[in-house]
Amino acid sequence: MTDIIHEPELDHHGEHESTGIENRKLGMWIFLSSEFLFFGALISNYLLYSNRGGFPSPYPAEIYDIPFTSVSSFVLLMSSLTMVLAHNALSRDDQNGARTWLFATAALGSVFLGGQVFEFTDFVVEYGMTLSTNPAASAFYLLTGFHGAHVAIGVIMLLSLWGISRRQGGLSEKHGLNLELVGLYWHFVDIIWIVIFTVVYLLSIPPV
Amino acid sequence: MREGLLPKLVGSLKNPYDARAMARFKRTLTRTLPLVGTAVLLSSCGLFEETEQPLTTFDPAGPFAEQIDNLFWPVFWIAVGVFVLVEGAILAAIFLFRDRDDRKEPKQLHGNARLEVIWTVIPALILAVIAVPTVSAVFDLTECDPGAMEIEVIGHQWWFEFNYPEQGVQTANVMVIPAGEEVCAVMTSDDVLHNFWVPALNGKRYLVPGQETFLRLQADEPGEYWGHCAEFCGLSHSLMRARVQAMDAAAFDAWVADQQQPRSFPAEGTPAFEGWGVFQAKGCTQCHTVLYDDEEASVIVPDDAFNGPDLTHFASRDVFAGAILPEEGETREQALKRWLADPPNVKPGSFMPNLALTEQEIDLLIAWLGSDE
Amino acid sequence: MTATAERPSTTIFRRPRSTEGIWSWITTVDHKKIGIMYGYAAFFFFLLGGIEALLLRIHLAQANSEFLTAGAYNALFTMHGTTMIFLFVMPVSAAFINYMLPLLIGARDVAFPRLNALSWWIFVFGGIFLYSTFIFGTSLAPIGVDGVGGIDGNLPPGGGPGGFNFLADSPDGGWFGYQPNAGPLYSSGTALDFWALGLQILGLASLISSVNFIVTVFNMRAVGMRLLRMPVFAWMATVTSFLLLFSLPIIAVALFMVTFDRQFGTLFFLASEGGDPILWQHLFWLFGHPEVYILILPAMGIVSEVLPVFSKKPLFGYSAVVFAGAAIAFLGFGVWAHHMFASGITPVAQAAFGLATMTIAIPTGIKIFNWLGTMWMGKIRLNTPMLFAIGFVAMFTIGGLSGVTHAIVPSDWQQTDTYYIVAHFHYVLFGGAIFGIFAGLYYWFPKLSGRVMDDRLGKVHFWLMMIGFNLTFAPMHWLGLQGMVRRTWKYAPETGLEPWNVAVSIGAFIIALGILVFMYNWWASRRSGELSGLDPWDARTIEWTIPNPTPEYNFAVAPTVARLDHFWHLKYDEDDEGRAVRKPDADEIISELEYNGLNPATPIHLPAPSYFPVLMALGIPIIAYGIIYHEALWGKIAIAVGALISLSALIGWGIEPLEEPHAADEGEHDEVEAELVATAGEEAVMDVDGEEDDE
Repeated sequence: MTDIIHEPELDHHGEHESTGIENRKLGMWIFLSSEFLFFGALISNYLLYSNRGGFPSPYPAEIYDIPFTSVSSFVLLMSSLTMVLAHNALSRDDQNGARTWLFATAALGSVFLGGQVFEFTDFVVEYGMTLSTNPAASAFYLLTGFHGAHVAIGVIMLLSLWGISRRQGGLSEKHGLNLELVGLYWHFVDIIWIVIFTVVYLLSIPPV
Repeated sequence: MREGLLPKLVGSLKNPYDARAMARFKRTLTRTLPLVGTAVLLSSCGLFEETEQPLTTFDPAGPFAEQIDNLFWPVFWIAVGVFVLVEGAILAAIFLFRDRDDRKEPKQLHGNARLEVIWTVIPALILAVIAVPTVSAVFDLTECDPGAMEIEVIGHQWWFEFNYPEQGVQTANVMVIPAGEEVCAVMTSDDVLHNFWVPALNGKRYLVPGQETFLRLQADEPGEYWGHCAEFCGLSHSLMRARVQAMDAAAFDAWVADQQQPRSFPAEGTPAFEGWGVFQAKGCTQCHTVLYDDEEASVIVPDDAFNGPDLTHFASRDVFAGAILPEEGETREQALKRWLADPPNVKPGSFMPNLALTEQEIDLLIAWLGSDE
Repeated sequence: MTATAERPSTTIFRRPRSTEGIWSWITTVDHKKIGIMYGYAAFFFFLLGGIEALLLRIHLAQANSEFLTAGAYNALFTMHGTTMIFLFVMPVSAAFINYMLPLLIGARDVAFPRLNALSWWIFVFGGIFLYSTFIFGTSLAPIGVDGVGGIDGNLPPGGGPGGFNFLADSPDGGWFGYQPNAGPLYSSGTALDFWALGLQILGLASLISSVNFIVTVFNMRAVGMRLLRMPVFAWMATVTSFLLLFSLPIIAVALFMVTFDRQFGTLFFLASEGGDPILWQHLFWLFGHPEVYILILPAMGIVSEVLPVFSKKPLFGYSAVVFAGAAIAFLGFGVWAHHMFASGITPVAQAAFGLATMTIAIPTGIKIFNWLGTMWMGKIRLNTPMLFAIGFVAMFTIGGLSGVTHAIVPSDWQQTDTYYIVAHFHYVLFGGAIFGIFAGLYYWFPKLSGRVMDDRLGKVHFWLMMIGFNLTFAPMHWLGLQGMVRRTWKYAPETGLEPWNVAVSIGAFIIALGILVFMYNWWASRRSGELSGLDPWDARTIEWTIPNPTPEYNFAVAPTVARLDHFWHLKYDEDDEGRAVRKPDADEIISELEYNGLNPATPIHLPAPSYFPVLMALGIPIIAYGIIYHEALWGKIAIAVGALISLSALIGWGIEPLEEPHAADEGEHDEVEAELVATAGEEAVMDVDGEEDDE
C-alpha cells in the first residue's frame, strides 16, 4: 500500500473537483456549447434558404415587422438584466429581492413568447405564410420555433425556482446554484436571440 | 538517421536466442509465402479469366476513365508497400518478441521523438506527392469541354432518359454516343437522387432533382459499355441499369437520322395496328410518348406529367425496362412477354402497372412494339 | 456536500432500496450496472444486426436471387447499418466508458449518476422504439397517399399494406436516409418517421452521456491523475464525448428537418418546392464523419491499453498517441464532403476535401506506428485480448490504406457507392472497432466477473473471426472495383460477380460461428471460468489495483496517482539498462491491495438509486409515437401523456430527497455501516450524497 494514501477528506463522492468548477455548472457550460451548434445549424439553414428565390411568396424577409420585433427583443434583453439582478440579490442573501427579480425575468420571458405567438399568428393569418409556403418560411419557423421552445423551458425553470423560493421562504445553497445554472441558460438563450435578430431579421433581404 | 537508431530497433537480434527466433521466422516465411502466392494465383486464374466483367473499373475505354485508372494504380502500389511494411512488422514483432522464459525482461522505452518525427513526416511527404496529380485530375475531369456534344440525362425511378437537344432525339436506357469524341452529360433527376455510372468511361456523378450536374464521357472505340445507377434510389435501385453504345461517326449520324424520323403508322388490319389499339385502350398513352408520321395519331406526354420512356423507337434499343431485359439466355420476345404480363413482378415498385393483359393482347403489343425497325 | 438542511419538508417517494433483483437494476445509478446493461443490450442488437447481415448474405450468394423481396432487402440493409452503428458500436462503447472510465481515473462513479441512468434508459427505449417500426409499420400504418400506385418504395402498388407482411413498411432509406428518397413523397408510411425519431432519441441519450463523461473526466479524476497521466482509453473516451457533443446537434437539426418535412409539411428537402436534397447530405455527413471516429476512437483506446500490458512495455509515444487521437477528432469535422465527391460539388471543394482527408492519414499513421513501437522489443504474450488487439492493428491498417484511395478524388468517383466502400468501412469498423471491442471484453472481463475468459476458446473465436472476417470483406474490394454497386438487391449473372459473392457469404457464416463460440465462452466463463485474482494480466493501470469483480464502491480508498501506469510502478522497478525488474514485494503489494480493496476502513458514500431516470426516459418514446400519429386523437393523447410522465419524473427528480430519511436516525446508520465493514464490502451502504440535479 505504499503509494495509495488514505485521504479521508477525498473519500467522499462528489467533493473533489479537479477543475474547481462545480460539476453541474461545468455540465451546463458543456451542454450549452453543444446548443450553440444546434442553433448554428438552424441559422445557417435559414440563411441558405432565405435567398433562394422563385418560390411562392411571402418570404419571411418580406413581412417582418421590425419595430415590433425590436421591442420584443428589447424585452428579452431586459430579462437578462433582471436575471443578473436576481443572481446579485441572492449573493447578497436578499431572498425577497431574488424572488422578485426571478419573477420579473419569467414575466419578461413570457412577454417575449407572447410576442412570438402574435408574430406567428400574424404571419399565418394576415400574410398566409405557413410552414409549407416556401423553404425559407419552413426554416424561419423551425429556427424561431426552437428558440421559442428554449425560452419556454427557461420560463418554466424560472417559475419553478420562484415557486421553491416562495414555499421555502428562500433559496438554499443548492438552489442558489440552480439559479446560477438557469441564469447561464437564460443568458445563452438571449445571446442566441441577439444573433437571430441581427442575422435573420435585420440583415436578411428577400430574394429578388 | 543517427547511427544507432537502426541497431536499437533491431537491437535484440544480437541476442542469440532472438537470432534463433529470426531463423524460425525466415523459415516460416519461406514455407508459407509460396503457398499463399500459389493460392492467390490459382484463384485469380480460375475466377477472373473465364468470366467477363462488363462493369469493371480496370478496363477503361476512354481518356477519362484512363486518367482515373492511371491515378489509382500508383496509389495502390504505395498502399501495398505500406501494407507490407506494417503487416510485416506486426508479424516480425510477434515472431521475434514472443514471451519465452529465456528472454530478458524488455527495456521500458517510452517513445522516441526522432521516430515520431520520421513517421509523421514521411507519410506527409508521400501524401503531398499523391496530392498533386489528384488535384490536377479533379480540375481536368470535372468541367466539360465547351465544344462537346451535350446529352441530357434524366433519372427516373428506375430508368435513365437520354435527350439529345441538338439533334432533337429522345431515347431511354441505351445512350448512343459517337466514338472518339467527348460527350458532355448534363444530368438531373425527375424524382430522387440517382447516380450515373459507366465504369469504362468515367467515374460516377449524382443526378440531383432541381440541380444540374455534368459528366464527361468518351469512348475511344465503338462498343457497348455497361452502366448502373449507383445511388440508392428506392425499391428497384438494383434494377436501374444502362448501356452506352459508342458508334463511329457515320453510324452515329445514321442512328440520329433514323431516330429523328417519326415511326410510320401501322397499316390497318396488321397485328401492329391492333397492338396500337390495345396500347391506347389500356391507357399506356398516359405515360408513353409515341410519334407517328401521321401527326394526329401521335401521342405526346407533357414534360410535367408522369413520364415513361418514349416508345417511338423502342425497337431500336437492345435492352429495355431499365436495361435489365432481356436477361441472359432469354429472347427479346420472351422478355417482353414476361415484362408486359406483370411489370411490378419483374421490377418491384414499377410504375407500369400490371394491366392484366391477356396473352393475345400481349402478342399484339409485341407486334406493335417491334413493328418499326 | 452534506445538504440535510435542504431536504424538502414533504417526501413523496422514498428512494428505492433494493440492492438485488430486477428493481435494483431498474433503479440503479451505479455506473458499473449501467455499463453492464448497456453491454448486454448492445450485444442483443449486435445479434439482430448480425442476423440481418446473414440474411443479406444468403440472398446475395446468388445472382438474380429471389430469396428476399426487394423491399425486405432494402429494409434489412437499412436496419443492419442503423443497428450496428447506433444500437451496437455506440452503446457498446458507452458500456466500456461507463464501466471503465471511473475505474481508470480513480472515481467512485460518474459526475451525474442519475443522468447516467437517464441516458441508458433513453437509449434502450429509443432502440425498442426504433425496432417497433416492424410491428407498427405493418398493422397501423396509414395508407400511402400517393396517386400513381407504388410511388413509395415501401408499399405495394396501389397503396397501403395488405394483410400481415412483416417487412412491408420498415425503414428502407439506408442508414444515411438520403433525401428526397427518404422524404414524404417517396417513402410514405411511417417507417422512416420511426427511423428519424428513433435516431433523434438515441442521439439525446448520447448527448447526455457525453456531457456526463466530459464532466467526469474534468472533475472526478483521482488526486495526482493529471490529464496526461490518464490511460489512453480515458483520453479517447473524452475525445469521443467531445465529438458527440459537437456533432449530435447537427444531426438533431437534420433529423428535425426530416421529421417536419414528413409530418408537418415543411419543404426542406423537396426539390420541386425549392428544397435542397444535397443539404441533407452536408448535415448528415457533418455529423456522420465525426461519427466514424466516435465509433473507432474508443476501440483505439482499448487497444492502447491492451498492447502495452501484453508487450510488457509502456505505450510507445503516449502523448503522440493521445494527441493523434485528438487530431483525428479535430480533422474529422473538416472532411465530411469526401462522402459526396460524386454529388457535383465544385472542383475546388472536391480538391480541398480530398486534401483534408489525406491529412487524416497522418495522425492515424502515428497511432499505428506507435502501436508497432509498443510491441517492438517487448515480451509479447499472445493471450486472446492481445490477439484481438493485434488483429485490430493489422485490419485497421488495411481499412486506413483503402481510405487513402478515397482521398484520391477521381479514384473515389469510381469507388464510391460500390462494394469497395463496403469493404473499406468494414475493415475500419469491424476489423477495427469490433476487434477492439472484443479485445476489451476479454481484457476487462475479470473486472465484472472476477474470472478470466477461457483462452483456448478465445483463440478459436479469434481465428474464426479473423478468417471469416477476411473472407467476407477482402473480396468486397474486388467486387466493388468490378462494378458491384452498393445496396443492390439483384446483380446480373453476366457481371461475373457471383463466385466472389459466394466466398463473401461463406465468410459471413464463419464470423457467425465465431460469435457463437464467443457467446458460449462468455456464458461458461461467467459461471465457472478460472478465478482471476486482482491482477490476471500483470497490468499497468489503476483499475487493476482493486479487487475483481469490482466492489460496488470501486475504490475502498480514493487512490492517489503518482505517474502514468501507476500500478505498474507499484510492482516494477527498472535496472540500469532500463529493463523491468519485478519488485521483491510485488506479490505482497497485490495481496494487500486486494485485502484493503475488500475491506474499506471508512464508510463510503455512494449515490442512491432512483426511480426517476427510468420514468423520465419512458415518457420520451411515448411522445415520439404521438408525433408519428399526431393526426389521430390517440396520437395527441400520447404526446400529452408522454410529456406528463417525463415532466412529473423531472419534478420528482428535482425534489427527490438528497438523503435517505433513515440518515437522520444516526443509530441505524452506524449499524448498517458497521455491518458493511464486517461483510467485507459486497454490499456497500447507500449513503446518499452529492446527487446532481439537471435541467
